[in-house]
Formats: sequence, structure tokens, C-alpha cells
Amino acid sequence: MSAHREAGFPTAARAALQDTQMRRNVRKATTTIRAKRERVVAELDDWEQLREAGRRIKERALRHLDVHLERLEASVTAAGGVVHWARDGAEAGRIVAGLVREAGSDEVIKVKSLATDEIDLNDRLAEAGIIAIETDLAELIVQLAPGDRQSHILVPAIHRNRSEIRTLFRRSLPGTEDLTDDPADLAEAARRYLRSKFLSVGVGVSGANFAVAETGTVCVVESEGNGRMCTTLPHTLITVMGIEKVLPRVEDLEVMLQLLPRSSTAERMNPYTSLWTGVREGDGPRAFHLVLLDAGRTEVLADEVGRQALHCIRCSACLNVCPVFERTGGHAYESTYPGPIGAILTPQLHGLRAGTTLPWASSLCGACYEACPVKIDIPSVLVHLRGRVVRQAREDGPRGKLARERLAMGALARVFASPRRYERAQRLAAAGAAPLSRDGKVEARLPGPLSGWLAVRDLKAPPRQSFRAWWREERGG
Amino acid sequence: MRVALFITCVNDTLFPETGKATVTVLERLGCEVVFPFEQTCCGQMHANSGYQDEAVPLVRRFVRAFGDPSYDAIVSPSGSCVAMVHDQYRRLAAGDPELAAQVEALVPRVFELSQFIVGELGVEDVGATYPHRVTYHPTCHALRLLRVGDAPLRLLRAVRELELVELPDATTCCGFGGTFAVKNADTSAAMLSDKVRAVLDTGAEACTAGDNSCLLHIGGGLSRGRTGVRAVHLAEILASTG
Repeated sequence: MSAHREAGFPTAARAALQDTQMRRNVRKATTTIRAKRERVVAELDDWEQLREAGRRIKERALRHLDVHLERLEASVTAAGGVVHWARDGAEAGRIVAGLVREAGSDEVIKVKSLATDEIDLNDRLAEAGIIAIETDLAELIVQLAPGDRQSHILVPAIHRNRSEIRTLFRRSLPGTEDLTDDPADLAEAARRYLRSKFLSVGVGVSGANFAVAETGTVCVVESEGNGRMCTTLPHTLITVMGIEKVLPRVEDLEVMLQLLPRSSTAERMNPYTSLWTGVREGDGPRAFHLVLLDAGRTEVLADEVGRQALHCIRCSACLNVCPVFERTGGHAYESTYPGPIGAILTPQLHGLRAGTTLPWASSLCGACYEACPVKIDIPSVLVHLRGRVVRQAREDGPRGKLARERLAMGALARVFASPRRYERAQRLAAAGAAPLSRDGKVEARLPGPLSGWLAVRDLKAPPRQSFRAWWREERGG
Repeated sequence: MRVALFITCVNDTLFPETGKATVTVLERLGCEVVFPFEQTCCGQMHANSGYQDEAVPLVRRFVRAFGDPSYDAIVSPSGSCVAMVHDQYRRLAAGDPELAAQVEALVPRVFELSQFIVGELGVEDVGATYPHRVTYHPTCHALRLLRVGDAPLRLLRAVRELELVELPDATTCCGFGGTFAVKNADTSAAMLSDKVRAVLDTGAEACTAGDNSCLLHIGGGLSRGRTGVRAVHLAEILASTG
């Protein structure tokens, strides 16, 4: 849901780049985790084969998504759970709010979940008079700060440092007047606050990292143990899951559970992996609901190149290695999904009606593709989506989006179409630049796209003689 | 060995010295160099900016310009333009079976300069002398798409009197990214300042790379800061005799 007006990436990034504290926080965090990831990935001789296996599992799962989803529904139902289908965020919100009220509660405790962030579930529940309490430490930090938003898939509060968090906790959590900024003290303060919630709230809401079609087993992977609390203590558990999270078989988890922790937290194994299948008498929740969320995903599936964005297992390795993300932070992407994966997922989930500057929010350096545990070729999808945005702009007519750029690109295409025109353009460029240049550099202020270039860089002026002119003079042709 | 020079439009127009240096090095190594005048641009800018339809005729032009079977190799002093041919031509030609077949036949014969010298000619010492302190920036497309590996470094290590210093965070993108540099000028500038800082930290007099588009950007930053450090294409170092 993007009810707020978009600034677009270039503008949002421009503002973000000036936030010196955020720049330092994000740089420090991504540098640390990058080095750790490289170490744990290097430990496995078969890492490349694992990546390929992960890619194939996801590709297979999506090729027959309809079959796997119906199988999942049957398995979950057989295990005593109830499956709901939600076309979009609004429908999912109505379903969850209804279930919470039915369970007789006006509060829910939440496991960190991107799907629920994506559809602004907390706001939707608030509208229905239900308070959602985030129990992941970083999600809690974001929730406590008015107007703050997640800026990273795995570390939503990566833009904050510990002294900022201390200030926030002192302001919002009772009994924290003497809190230090020691990470252990900060965690203890959150723990004390959350423990009272774990023990008193009767409904838990989670997302899902994976769900196995053949058994109906849902899997949540986490580090803090809050997820285990939320999925076992309440009498009612509601899981909201994007439909692309389904895996055909239990064995598929073997691959995914090796790929995910090493790529995300850079651990060999994550501390808590919770797997549950429906409900069981005397053990865990008495009621389990699985909400299967589409929210644009079937539309993404229709794009042969773009659909691989749905392979994403939300590890965030691509964010941590991205030189753009490291500098702009996550907020500049104006989406629940920032970084390289966000740049290909966000516009697609919105049917190119939002996030259309995001496919250009990349220098196409390819670091993301190299790091992706399921080998999503993010640079190729970015280029493909740029093409879709341009084609859409073209359909809007000559005065639509990118009007000037389209004219310039058309003109250049005509120049490159003929060596004669091309050579004439070279001569014109050299002649035109000469009066604007000094010492081989363009000195004048130029309008249009070149102004951005000249703001921080010198521009080499084209020399009088091109290479081909030299060759002709020297060697004929 | 008969080599067709794929100069690239950026080198042709802005960096003729790099083209001349490439010719010098290849001829020194015994290659016969030809320059097909039919070539213009490989289409990378159009394809990567979302104008794939405009790039297809340029693929066709490239195939026509370099299709002569007498060329043993097509060599270019640009990692990203060669990567464009290797990585995108098949996809762009997919709608036209005849073009697709021509592309298929051509792509394996297209090489980036360092890849060609080290991998195909099996040479590391090209007989160059360059009495300067130099650092090397591995450009993203040569590194990740073409996987040229340490070929450029092997060539640099064999250059007489050249002092090679390692660039910190070398594999981090410089922030050029084609139209990225103008469409996301602020982010590009932020990436550039980090690259410039890394270059300055080495104490080198020159930053080299196998791609003049990245060097246009890095060199532009070095020049604007009046750092006294220059950007120089790898081919020009290899052509130098002191």
C-alpha cells in the first residue's frame, strides 16, 4: 500500500545522502555483515551448487504455483488449520481483524514479517481498534519512534545507532530512566517490556519464511526467540504469507535453511527455526489460521523475466553488498522492500503504477546477483523493467513521462544507425565543445542532464580528431 | 592473427589515444589490426536505459561490421561494451532467428583487451615500461560479467618500473553506471567520492582500469578535486615504453 505520495528515488536519495548519522550507521553495519557473510559462505565448498539448487527449487515451486497452493491448503486443513485467501492488503486486513475479534482480543503480538509490513497490516488493525505489538527488537524500535519506517529487510532499524535507541527507549518504555547504551542493557529493557506482552496477549501474528505444500508445515526463521514465543504462547496464531513462499517438499527446506542464515545474518545456522503443522491438542495455539496473500504476485508471475523476483527468500544479502544502498540507506526506496531486490519487486508488485524510478536506482554493478543465494539476476531484471517503463511511457504519448529522454535516445539511435551521420556528430561535438572548453575540459555550465555530471566532476572535452579520423589519415580506409 | 578493433563509441569520440595505444600493443604482439569503419555504438546505452527496441538495429550493425570470417578475434579496450555483447546480444537477437545465429557465431570471438592478451595470446609481458606509481580499479562489468579475473593485474605486474599499489575496496563500483551518473547524480557522486578517497589513500599518481567510461567518471572526480592524480586506460600503460 503506498497511499503516501512518492518523491521518486533520485529525490528521496538526495535527501537521504545528507543524513550523516544514517550514512555512518548503515556503512558500519553493512561493512561488518558483508565481511561476515563472505567468511561463512567461503566455508562451504558446494556453495555454488547450493545456490543453483535453491534457484531450481524456487523456479519449480512457481511454475506450478496453483497446484502447490491448493496442496498446501489441503494439508493445512487436514492438520486442523484454516486457510484464507486474500487478493490484496485490504482483504487480508479485513480477514485478520475479523479473526482477532473472533478470538476476543484487541491486541496482537507480532513476529517480524515483511508481508504484513508490505500491506500496512498494523495500520489496518489500528483502524479496527486492534493494537499490534512488534516483538522483534528492531521492529519494536521502528514502531516506538513516531513516523519512522523500516529501512532494511533483515535489520529494519539499521539506520539507528545505540545511543539513538537509548533515547527512544527512555522516552517510551517504563522504568528505563537509568538505561545505558550498552547493547545488553538495551536488549534487557526490551525483553522486560515484551515479556509482559508475551504472557498476556492471546493472539499472535506471524509471516512465514517457507510453507511446505506436501505437509502443511509453516516455517519461521529468526534470531531472538520472540518468534518462538509468538507462535507458541498465544491461543490463536494467524500467519500472513505471500503466495510465493510455498515450497513443494520438506526436503526443499534442507537447501533453503542452509542458504538463508549464511546469506542474511551470516550465521551457519540461525538460533531459532520454528516449524509447525496445523494445531495439536495441549501443545501450542488451539487455533491456526493461514492467510495466503496475493497482493500483485500473480501479476508478477506473468512476466517471464521479472518473475524471478518472486524467488526472493528475504535474506537481504543484496542490500548489504549494494553500493547504492550503503549510501542512500533504505528509506530512499520508499518501500517495505528496499535495496536491489526492492528495486525489482516494488514496481512489479504495484503493476508499474508506483516505484517506477526504482529500476534506475542501480549502477548495474552486479554485486547483488553475485551475492543472491537463489541467483536472482537482479541487473537483468532491472534492465528489463526499465524497458517496460519506457514502453509504458511511449504508450502514454509524446508528452508523457521521460519525454525529453525519449527524444534524445531516438536522435542518438538515428546517429548510430549511419557511420556517416555518426562521424558528422563527432565533428559537431568536437567543434561545439571547443569554445566551451579549456585545457581539454568542458568549463561552461551546461543545461540538462550534463549539469548533474558537472556538479561534481570535470568533463573531458572531445578532442579535435576522433580515432576513426586518425586511422583514416594514418592508414587510409 | 588478424584482429578487428572494436573501438567503442566512447573511445572513438573521446579517447582516441586509447585506441591508438590498443593498436600499438596488439601490433607489438604480432597481430594484424584492422578497423571496420561500419562500427558505431554497440547499443549498450540504449539497452541498459530501457530502449531495447533501439538497441536491436545496433546489434545488427555490429554483426555486419564484425561478421567477416577472416577476423580471428574482435578485441576492444572496454570491459563493459564487450560484456554488453556477451551478456545481452543473445537476448536482443532472440526475436530474429537469422540474427540470433549470427550473434551466436560472433560472440565467442569478441574479447576485452586484457582477456585477449593473457587468455588468447598467452602473453603477460607486453614489453612496456611505465615509471609511475599506479593503482588498478577493476570495473564491474569486466569483473562480474566477463570475469577477466586477474588478467589486467598480470599485465601490470609485468610492466617495467611500474609500482603497482592495491586499491582499498577495489571491487566496489565507482558509481558511473552509464546514465546512472546523470539520472541519479547525487548517489553517483557519493559513490565517486568514496572511490576517489580510496585512490588517494594509495598515494598513486595514476588510477588505471580497462574501461574509459568508468575512467571518465573517476578521472572527472580526480580532476575536479585538483588531486594531481590522473586516470589512464590500461592500454595506454601497456603501449608506453617509458
